[in-house]
Amino acid sequence: MIPAGFEYHRPGDIASAIGILQEHGDEARVIAGGHSLIPMMKLRMAEMGHLVDLQAIDELKGIEVGSDTVTLGAMVTQHELITHDGLATAIPLIREAALQIADPQVRYMGTVGGNVANGDPGNDMPGLMQCLNASFELSGPDGKRSVAARDFYEAAYFTAREDEEILTRISIPVPGADVGQAYEKQKRKIGDYATAAAAVMVGNGTASVAMTNLADTPIWSEEAGAWLAGGNVDGCVAAMLDAIDPVADNRGPVEFKKHVAAVVLRRAIDRAQSRAG
Amino acid sequence: MSKMHVKLTVNGKQVEGLAEPRTLLIHFLREDLKITGPHIGCETSHCGACTVDIDGKSVKSCTTFVAQVNEADITTVEGLTNDDGSLGVLQEMFREHHGLQCGFCTPGMITRAHRLLQENPNPTEEDIRFGMAGNLCRCTGYQNIVKAISASADMLKAQKEAAE
Repeated sequence: MIPAGFEYHRPGDIASAIGILQEHGDEARVIAGGHSLIPMMKLRMAEMGHLVDLQAIDELKGIEVGSDTVTLGAMVTQHELITHDGLATAIPLIREAALQIADPQVRYMGTVGGNVANGDPGNDMPGLMQCLNASFELSGPDGKRSVAARDFYEAAYFTAREDEEILTRISIPVPGADVGQAYEKQKRKIGDYATAAAAVMVGNGTASVAMTNLADTPIWSEEAGAWLAGGNVDGCVAAMLDAIDPVADNRGPVEFKKHVAAVVLRRAIDRAQSRAG
Repeated sequence: MSKMHVKLTVNGKQVEGLAEPRTLLIHFLREDLKITGPHIGCETSHCGACTVDIDGKSVKSCTTFVAQVNEADITTVEGLTNDDGSLGVLQEMFREHHGLQCGFCTPGMITRAHRLLQENPNPTEEDIRFGMAGNLCRCTGYQNIVKAISASADMLKAQKEAAE
């Protein structure tokens, strides 16, 4: 399994990377950890003349934990999310989810930016970021802009990011100390994508609920969150089951996925409520 | 496509070569450098037989372009022997506890276990199973692999205490 040939670029700053994307247009693609892209290149389902490796760009690195906001550089790996003490204290939900992604080797390489930018409905971080009401910073030829995670996903592999833009940082409001958080994921085996996964925050009379791999985008349901904020778990689950749109595949038929979705969501709610102050 | 100049440190030695950027690290190690410890199993980043240590991270070398790791410091199972060439602790414990049958997964298992024990010198059985979840074995049922890693942790601790 050998991919088609390409020119390799390793720019040292964001502006240079965008310059390469502008110069080569459709022929160029960025690579972060590569653990989604390289398998597709090996299958020849992705081919590009120019591969732009983001690993040398310091601006894309680092985890900053502030009192109101956490920011994650796009090139922060899942392994770094798991091992960062301050992050686990500020937003424990992120570590809990990252531990359930892929396997140890993949987590050393896989990045949070790649996970959210790829637009794969199977990825865990997009739903998580919608639950947390994160926003994504995009840098392009016309400068920077910010897009809410809840507005970013349009369809499978289609997002609000333009071809010449790079997702550079993720900003996440720190939930209050009384807010319970939980990520629950059902998967067939280690390394698999979710059959169904749920991210839940609840506490202080507020709630936020998002689910993964049950539609062609992550699903954040305002209605489900409102039911849960009011203490009505059945209403929350019913609203979410109404919002998702799973399709039959090798993880099971539609009815099964809806069943698993409800089970996973109830477990996540239970755990989040038990952690609420 | 033109070839690029690749410079790596592999098992403590500086090596150089020419490779197309699309060359996967596992192919460069095995075919150019003739370092055949890392194995090609599934080729789809699932089985872990190709695991090598790159700058302190366990990485599946079938899912890494050699271009990405240019200038990196790489350790393979060959680099985990003692200085005199005898078996290192993990290698010895895999033998002692029969942590292999056909042996195909073993280089990846040992290389991954090396990094696991560097990061967590006192792992529980659960820590070992979770930390080894990216490596598949189709022979042993994993029981003896877990025992071998646990025994290695004990031996490494004893060696460290003896040295202090």
